[in-house]
Amino acid sequence: MVQSAPLLHIGCASGFSGDRSDGAAPIVAELIRRGGGVLIFETLAERTLALAQLAMNDDPQRGYEPLLVDLLEPVLADCLAHGIPIVSNFGAANPSGAARRISQLAQTLRVRTPRIAVVSGDALRGDDAMQALQRCTPDIDLSALDVVSATAYIGAAEIAEALRAGADIVVCGRVADPSLTLGPALAHFDWALDDWPRLARATMAGHMLECGTQVTGGYYAIPGLKDVSGLDHTGFPIVTLDADGHIELTKAPGTGGRVDRAIAVEQLLYEVHDPGAYLTPDVVADISHAQVVQMEGDRIAVRNVHGHARPATLKVNICYRGGWFAEAEISYAGIAAHARAQLAADIVRSRLGDALTLRVDFIGVQSILSDDEGAFQPDGHAHDPYAFGDVRLRVAATHPERQVAERVLREVTALYCCGPAGGGGVRTSIRQRLNMVSTLVPREQVTPSWRFWEES
Amino acid sequence: MMSASPVVRVPLYRLAHSRSGDKGNTSNLSLIAWREDLYPSLRDAVTAERVADWFAARRPHAVTRYEIPSLHAMNFVLEGVLDGGVNDALNLDAHGKSLSFWLLAMPIDVPARLVAGLPDFNAP
Repeated sequence: MVQSAPLLHIGCASGFSGDRSDGAAPIVAELIRRGGGVLIFETLAERTLALAQLAMNDDPQRGYEPLLVDLLEPVLADCLAHGIPIVSNFGAANPSGAARRISQLAQTLRVRTPRIAVVSGDALRGDDAMQALQRCTPDIDLSALDVVSATAYIGAAEIAEALRAGADIVVCGRVADPSLTLGPALAHFDWALDDWPRLARATMAGHMLECGTQVTGGYYAIPGLKDVSGLDHTGFPIVTLDADGHIELTKAPGTGGRVDRAIAVEQLLYEVHDPGAYLTPDVVADISHAQVVQMEGDRIAVRNVHGHARPATLKVNICYRGGWFAEAEISYAGIAAHARAQLAADIVRSRLGDALTLRVDFIGVQSILSDDEGAFQPDGHAHDPYAFGDVRLRVAATHPERQVAERVLREVTALYCCGPAGGGGVRTSIRQRLNMVSTLVPREQVTPSWRFWEES
Repeated sequence: MMSASPVVRVPLYRLAHSRSGDKGNTSNLSLIAWREDLYPSLRDAVTAERVADWFAARRPHAVTRYEIPSLHAMNFVLEGVLDGGVNDALNLDAHGKSLSFWLLAMPIDVPARLVAGLPDFNAP
């Protein structure tokens, strides 16, 4: 290790909103053993942010990651005591609300008062912002939509500034997932913001981290073909970057799961389109010549990542209230299970007529691979509907009016008495949809900023 | 020219592994050869056209194949196959997480000399 270029260790203890909350403690223990590092949590998906915005509309104190306290409570004291900054997008629609809740948690835990930075500017609100957005989205009349949120993916620069200014915790909303890793790297190594090769390497490190255990054996196993042991206590990943952004990846010691080349390549390509142009707000990363090298123990290295100048535009997700989404299920098992489920579906179709466009699934026979038209007919996989079976009929539909959508629930429920023999276990649900359109806006239309949070 | 060597038909999962990802109404399916020497056969057999045919029931608008020889992998981008995407689909698997496992069921003809040593289920 070259003394002038200390390594940076970054662990990621969450891959989505709803992930396990016991991943952080083993990472923090390892970071302490190594003399420091950064802990990140990734908790925002495409739809999570709009749900958070709805929660904030109901209650201005909410709108941040619901599991915030579960994630932080086990490790906040150790991170503060050992100078391990925490960076996350768990602010969702309300980073200030998350900061307030973290401050309360610190008081409850009787730890020192953390310096909490809040990153903002991702949320596009107000008439001026919507008019600017409309000019970038000529194909869609935004005024006709019941818009819940419009949010730009912003980059790593504000995270880096906040860390350089001494933040213990950086609370973001919609920053790009890899920026959670690039921000600490920018602060640590003092790279220029147009040092594209280094920014690209750290960005791909962030890409490897951002889904948590998906790079350490989660989401990989097929029994007998792709076995992974210890998935009941899978270790979350830790990346080590050097001053040139070169990447090594491992997992917290004493945990389950595995780090190997095959798993790492699956995650490297996860949600990538053109491998020569992985677009982020910070850089265009290029993995078209990348290599993943297996190293001793649970370690891999990623080599030959290239970088190109960042895009002139930022991606914006616009979420709006859609129709009502109705789902209802009923089960048929034993002799002629599939035939009875088919009859039940025919009855529901006949009763609803043209009122709704239905999707019908026969769970246990065919429910996933087909599209809504049911056109999927795999060769050699034909199913005898009169054979002994175990089939769950699922009927789903959406409609702008709740009362119409609810008819799905009514008709499936009525199958208890009026349908084929032996239907049981009806479950129904109805909820309002959040639909989304994505667009690109010139970067100048978005003005990210950060500040230290203070109780107002 | 050498005479054509004998071929054996195997399911794709014996040659490669795959993970699907989603962005909006687009699914990407990685396809990663288990071994470097399998990559040329994989590249020859699993073309963008063949994948488009294989997923015809999902009616893709377009299928693009990207080759990454340094990872002995390919990446297939299937547009319009997610029934509108995670916020719009009626499909239970709105992310299309299962789509990579339909890809891996595709039958592939490979040179017989390569078949020995291909991974397969070691279930009892």
